[in-house]
Amino acid sequence: MKTLTILLMDPPYETENTTTALRIADAALRKGHKVRVFAYEGAVSLTMSQQKQHPNPVKNQDVAQADHPTTIRAIQSLFKKGPMEWIACGMCVDERGVDFIPEAKRGGPKDFYEWVKDSTNTLVIGTQ
Amino acid sequence: MNANSKILSVAERAYRATVEEQDDTVLWFTWTVRKAGAPIDVLLRGNTVNYVVKGQEVSGLTFGEVSFGNPPAIEHDLQEMMKESIKIYVVREDLETRGINPSDILNGTHLISSKEIAGLYDQYDQIWHW
Repeated sequence: MKTLTILLMDPPYETENTTTALRIADAALRKGHKVRVFAYEGAVSLTMSQQKQHPNPVKNQDVAQADHPTTIRAIQSLFKKGPMEWIACGMCVDERGVDFIPEAKRGGPKDFYEWVKDSTNTLVIGTQ
Repeated sequence: MNANSKILSVAERAYRATVEEQDDTVLWFTWTVRKAGAPIDVLLRGNTVNYVVKGQEVSGLTFGEVSFGNPPAIEHDLQEMMKESIKIYVVREDLETRGINPSDILNGTHLISSKEIAGLYDQYDQIWHW
């Protein structure tokens, strides 16, 4: 089993980076590898516990029909898929007033570097 | 990857949230992992080459009656990072494109040509391209 560490910086619902990163995580877990994600800056909102699905009025869809994807649903599913760890940058969390899901832990850049040293490879996806 | 593996942190997106963060968040992160023991250097390319221009001053931000202190001081931060053995590489052509004279930039930085970037990357074990 190899270990992939990913750093994400984009907030949810802003760029394609989030979807791509979660797909990479999903693919690695499906192949039996371990995935670690460090959420920096706006990415701490990916695991924001207050996320709610909403209807899509222009398509006359209620909440159930729209089945709007939230990032916590995707991430919690990844946790069930295989060995995954998730750290949200604590200072970034405080700045944004974010409460996150229990699967995610609070940490800092030092934790990320400890992961880096212990990983097969690392992918940093910054905000452009 | 081990504790001796060298990392190059490549910053390209300039002034992202620097006022509200009081830092450039990429440089701050890089500096923090350096303090955690990482052998790490920085490459400034694109608009971030403006970070090495001397004499930048951004204090005085006020909303209503609230004034924000401790403004970002990236010039000072880079000088402190260099004291901690972080090399700061700057792409020469990106300075020229923006009309920045090399005589106006911080001492101690390393100017490289864009043609040398690939060779620079080869000197590192990991590239963190933010």
